[in-house]
Amino acid sequence: MFEALDKVSNTYSMVVGFALIGLVMWVSYKLSAKLTAGRIHGSAIAILIGLVLAYIGGVISGGKHGIMDLPLLSGIGIVGGTMLRDFAIVATGFGVHLNELKKAGIVGIIALLMGVLSSFFAGVTIAMAFGYTDAVSLTTIGAGAVTYIVGPVTGAAIGASSEVMALSIAAGLVKSILVMIATPAVARYIGLDNPRTAVLFGGMMGTSSGVAAGLAATDPKLVPYGCLTAAFYTAVGCLMGPSILFFIMLALTGGA
Amino acid sequence: MIIYGVTLLAVCTLTGVALGQILGVLIGIPANVGGVGIAMILLVVIGHTLQQRGVLDLKSEQGIEFFSAIYIPVVVAMAAKQNVYGALTGGPMAITAGVTAVAIGFLLIPLIDKLGRPSNDHDQLTQTTEEQRHV
Repeated sequence: MFEALDKVSNTYSMVVGFALIGLVMWVSYKLSAKLTAGRIHGSAIAILIGLVLAYIGGVISGGKHGIMDLPLLSGIGIVGGTMLRDFAIVATGFGVHLNELKKAGIVGIIALLMGVLSSFFAGVTIAMAFGYTDAVSLTTIGAGAVTYIVGPVTGAAIGASSEVMALSIAAGLVKSILVMIATPAVARYIGLDNPRTAVLFGGMMGTSSGVAAGLAATDPKLVPYGCLTAAFYTAVGCLMGPSILFFIMLALTGGA
Repeated sequence: MIIYGVTLLAVCTLTGVALGQILGVLIGIPANVGGVGIAMILLVVIGHTLQQRGVLDLKSEQGIEFFSAIYIPVVVAMAAKQNVYGALTGGPMAITAGVTAVAIGFLLIPLIDKLGRPSNDHDQLTQTTEEQRHV
């Protein structure tokens, strides 16, 4: 009987995904209304449930793709995959006001540079505190704190060990997940309630999944503004990581 | 027809992502350079032009709005496929590094927001009070 179900869920994986995500959304919005009287946004709860499911999936399967590593549930991966995510993000852009974007243009560029630099040096400082001294490891871990893609890309380019690369990926994952969870909670305190600050937020945080989910849980209207700048973040990080940031670390550590 | 909206969205997305990928190759980095951002700007510019000319009707817009509306469920599914286990078992250094990067980012946002904000609002305020005084 399991085989029969397995066959259905394989053939109709995306349909299974839509059914399950719909269920998660329904439960989340009920919880939001009943338990928190709407104070915690339904989408924030849904994303949290998603992350908990991902953790459970990881514990059971030992895989890297959360709940989609479990049999019958691989369709979640299609619904939440890069293709549909980016397609939906671009669609949210239809409601964007060009004037708002033009006004935020320079802020976005400043935020991108500041975001990459501040995350990188935060990562480097922590790596130093944990006893790393060589420029290659420090740069790789710092780059991981930028995003979990910049970390391994930089590490591979400058010849970091696989343990350090794994650490840099983990640092980037922590950042991405924390942005998802913490953004709706801190939004009020950092003034994240208008397109301009959303552009700034996208550039400062940069992790595309973190920004996408963090803004969705805060105010869906802000999603396109943040995702627009975040779209450039990983590229800026990949550009600066193995080059200027590595050279700075070489100079700072005095190593060759 | 709804499919026209979906097609417009698809063409913009593909063009943007392809341009981003080509830009990455040209610069020499293994990453997409702003593909989603380019796609979004294309959609806004082309979409608004078509709207003004009356080419894009309400039905076509629904094709775009559907995908905009399922954005949150898509993001929830995305959350469910994250490597949360990997993040939590990455060890204290990885967790501290990630947390510090996020904390500093959040702290800097209001600061940069203030720095970059044109001081017009303030000037206008003082001007009006001065004007009021003159009056």
